[in-house]
Amino acid sequence: MSPLFLFLSFVALLSALGVVLAKNPVHSVLFLILTFFTLSGHYLLLNAQFLAAVNIIVYAGAIMVLFLFVIMFLNLNEETEPHKPALAKFAAAIAGGSLLLILVAAMRNVNPVGYDPTSFDSQIGMVDRLGLVLFQQYALPFELASILLLAAMVGSVMLGKRETGERNF
Amino acid sequence: MDQTIPEVIRTVPLQYYVFFASALFAIGVTGVLVRRNAIIIFMCVELMLNAVNILLTAFSAYRADPNGQIFVFFIMAVAAAEVSVGLGIIVMIYRNFQTTDVNLLSRLKW
Repeated sequence: MSPLFLFLSFVALLSALGVVLAKNPVHSVLFLILTFFTLSGHYLLLNAQFLAAVNIIVYAGAIMVLFLFVIMFLNLNEETEPHKPALAKFAAAIAGGSLLLILVAAMRNVNPVGYDPTSFDSQIGMVDRLGLVLFQQYALPFELASILLLAAMVGSVMLGKRETGERNF
Repeated sequence: MDQTIPEVIRTVPLQYYVFFASALFAIGVTGVLVRRNAIIIFMCVELMLNAVNILLTAFSAYRADPNGQIFVFFIMAVAAAEVSVGLGIIVMIYRNFQTTDVNLLSRLKW
């Protein structure tokens, strides 16, 4: 058992709990960034260098900056944070715990086939190998993803535009 | 070929990644149920997406099949688009109602 795997999993789960439990939304965002960095560490351990880099650039870089920016823009802090009644929180924790229990109980006796030493290839996560697959087999989905991103950009600009009048939808 | 099998893949059973991703996913679900702030709920959805990503990557790396990692790449692209539109909607809701509390935004709830 790799100690690095245990350490990264432990930190990732703790900081994921921090996202849920932190009172201040800014702390939640910082915990989420820590989670993303540990997940990038996991990707590195699995020899998926491309995903590790993209995870840090896209998630920890772009998406979390967007979250942090919106939270600071709306001036959310501990005082403005709404809370559910204790009973609802308890029920939610029970529901989430049961989901975990069911998933673990269902997967406990499943033994997924591990690696195959004869055909194993440790280089599949490298940028050049993934690039070849991406631009040969997945060229069409790749282009569709660019259209999706363009549509999302146009949509968010349109949503964010202030219109005249009392209510702006 | 000049390659060695990474230590994690040799020593950690694939099942442990399933458990780890399940735990991360369950924490995300709990977060969606517990919190009332729309932005935090959104962040917990990101947590669930990442639980799926780590599982796909683990299976892809263990089975030496690049398709799983390509799929993770597309999930990240879709997540980026989703976040930009979602946060745009949340900012617009805040401009109209001065709150991001999902319990006050229940007009469409039967």
